[in-house]
Amino acid sequence: MGLFDRLKQGLSKTRKNLVEKAEQLFYRRVVDEKLLNELEDLLIMADVGPRASADIISALKEKVKKGEIPDTVELKKALKDEIKKIIRDGSGINITADRPYVILTVGVNGTGKTTTIGKLAGRFANEGLKVILAAGDTFRAAAIEQLEIWAERSGVQIVKHKSGADPAAVAFDAVVSAKAKNADVVLVDTAGRLHTKINLMEELKKVKRVISRELPAAPHEVLLVVDATSGQNVIHQAKIFSEAVHITGIALTKLDGTARGGIVVAIKKELNIPVKLIGIGEAMDDLRDFNADEFVDALFE
Amino acid sequence: MFESLSEKLGGIFKKLRGRGFLKEEDIAAAMKEVRIALLEADVNFKVVKDFTEKVKERAAGKAVLESITPGQQVVKIVYDELCSLMGGSHSKIHLAPNPPTVIMLAGLHGSGKTTTCAKLAKGFKKDGRRPMLVAMDTARPAAIEQLISLGSQINVPVYGTKAGDDPVEVCSDALKKADSEGMDIVILDTAGRMHVDEDLMKELENIKAEAKPKEILFVADAMTGQDAVNIATAFNSRLDINGVILTKMDGDARGGAALSIVSVTGKPIKFIGTGEKIDLLEPFHPERMASRILGMGDVVSLVEKAQEAVDLQDALTFQKKFREDRFSFEDLKTQIKQLRKMGPLENILGMIPGLGKQLKGVAVDDRQVVKIEAIINSMTRQERENYAIINGSRKKRIASGSGTTVTDVNRLLKQYLEMKKMLKMFKNGKGFGLGKLNFKF
Repeated sequence: MGLFDRLKQGLSKTRKNLVEKAEQLFYRRVVDEKLLNELEDLLIMADVGPRASADIISALKEKVKKGEIPDTVELKKALKDEIKKIIRDGSGINITADRPYVILTVGVNGTGKTTTIGKLAGRFANEGLKVILAAGDTFRAAAIEQLEIWAERSGVQIVKHKSGADPAAVAFDAVVSAKAKNADVVLVDTAGRLHTKINLMEELKKVKRVISRELPAAPHEVLLVVDATSGQNVIHQAKIFSEAVHITGIALTKLDGTARGGIVVAIKKELNIPVKLIGIGEAMDDLRDFNADEFVDALFE
Repeated sequence: MFESLSEKLGGIFKKLRGRGFLKEEDIAAAMKEVRIALLEADVNFKVVKDFTEKVKERAAGKAVLESITPGQQVVKIVYDELCSLMGGSHSKIHLAPNPPTVIMLAGLHGSGKTTTCAKLAKGFKKDGRRPMLVAMDTARPAAIEQLISLGSQINVPVYGTKAGDDPVEVCSDALKKADSEGMDIVILDTAGRMHVDEDLMKELENIKAEAKPKEILFVADAMTGQDAVNIATAFNSRLDINGVILTKMDGDARGGAALSIVSVTGKPIKFIGTGEKIDLLEPFHPERMASRILGMGDVVSLVEKAQEAVDLQDALTFQKKFREDRFSFEDLKTQIKQLRKMGPLENILGMIPGLGKQLKGVAVDDRQVVKIEAIINSMTRQERENYAIINGSRKKRIASGSGTTVTDVNRLLKQYLEMKKMLKMFKNGKGFGLGKLNFKF
């Protein structure tokens, strides 16, 4: 199954609601104020947020005024273009030639960091890369065991300490071990933490610092894992996490429900952080590289 | 990022100060701001629409009370309406007449079910009951181990089998075991699932049929966005839930999902989760939630926390010393201890209305407080009671004893002296009476 179909399928439950509504709207002939306002509601419903939605709609209104949008077909296209323009530089994860390539995942509690790492490990192992996992969530009960099970599933190595150990030390050991064993990729898990906990954010900075000290170009990728069902608070999260450890991309998980994850549009718009991965199901290969065109098309087609 | 709603409304209503009545067009303008505030707090847009309509009706033609501005009056109407929507006061967990009382938790992945189960169990244990936890998440890797580990931390037995087992069977075995061992509370930790996953939702119905729970609690993340209505509706229509537990309230999400969930399910929010430690499950208070959704801070919780943490006798002694200008480093140490009992500083400061915004970007570092404590601890008793004897060589000793520098010690001494100066102003009655503190609604 192609990615587009898979994404559409993942979004199919979503579609019933959103798309039917969108179709209804676009079915009308006249592009008027009322239609545009309803379109704004549609964006808000997708968690794009009141500000970003208002901006997108006012850009469309501008075009309508100039006579660039004569009918609803054009309106639909213009809406998609407007959203694509915001999120288009999102792309997948590209492992460069630099070895070992270190990916650090961070985020608030329960967004799916460990699962995302587990799936990424499977993907890289399939590509024939030598992967080492770092069990950096030393806080949550059984988080290390959880990552161990994922390591077993994809037959990759794992570096772990005891529960309660310093996560920076785990990351350090993983990087050292990766260098010694000529591993290609190191995936560093971290404990979920609310961005409002200063001490935990300091701990995260230390993890990153220790990795960089051992390997100056690393971490090559710092992924913020975002739950697609979350709302506007994610903008805050992204901002504060980015200030602490400079986020390079977002992994948007749990897109297989009815949530649309429109928050990534607002994040890209306000903080210029691109989406890199999307999670559309529980199976190992349900973590996909992000593609802006497909993301928007699957939402409105 | 979020301007306080009352500030924004203040701007709108500035021009009509003193006109006496709320006029329709002014209310309409105000409702636009209320709408954005609620949407920013993640209240579902349909719920927002119904809500603003209702408030418009209530506000129209209302006389503006003399003591407050029209903006404040509208905020008050909005606030009251929010409170009444979210329920009178918090409701408790109902126990079955014949034990064991079975409590079932359900929700999406990562909403915090397992942690919440442990918190509930700890609460029951504190009340002298005999709770048992049942690990029914046989799908997620190491979920059973997670519950077992939490159970051992709080000394509550956990019934757990192995990954891949049928949860319905696990449930029926667990209930037999609970019965034979005389447990009076059984808490079922079900696996996280998508509300659109037909098979897994069916599984929940089967578990319900098997366990006949007295309470089914839907666990929802306070950060949930617009989709909260769909999720809550699905869980409620399949399970007919008894209530909701809102987790991760220790973050800075405004928690509009609370309003969305209550309005579509009509079920009360029973508890809120405010931390990763296994004792931080708190009863839900609609008034506080309303303030939070509107971005007005949470004074009541702050006061309550202070009451819990501060010993009355200590407070009286302290007050006396305060008045007599005998406030020593020893007292400062006690004060810091009490402040820390109230929880992480950033949580506390977040509850102060109006501070929320100013604090964004300002690092509230608990470790600064740790530093101060260390310095005081490195002083001799004499030094603590009489700061004047702290000379250069004493400073050096204190610094090396506390792992700080002489500069740190000097800074603390300076702060302490400033504090004393302020206290003197207090004493002379010149300073800031509490009445002068301007509490904005």
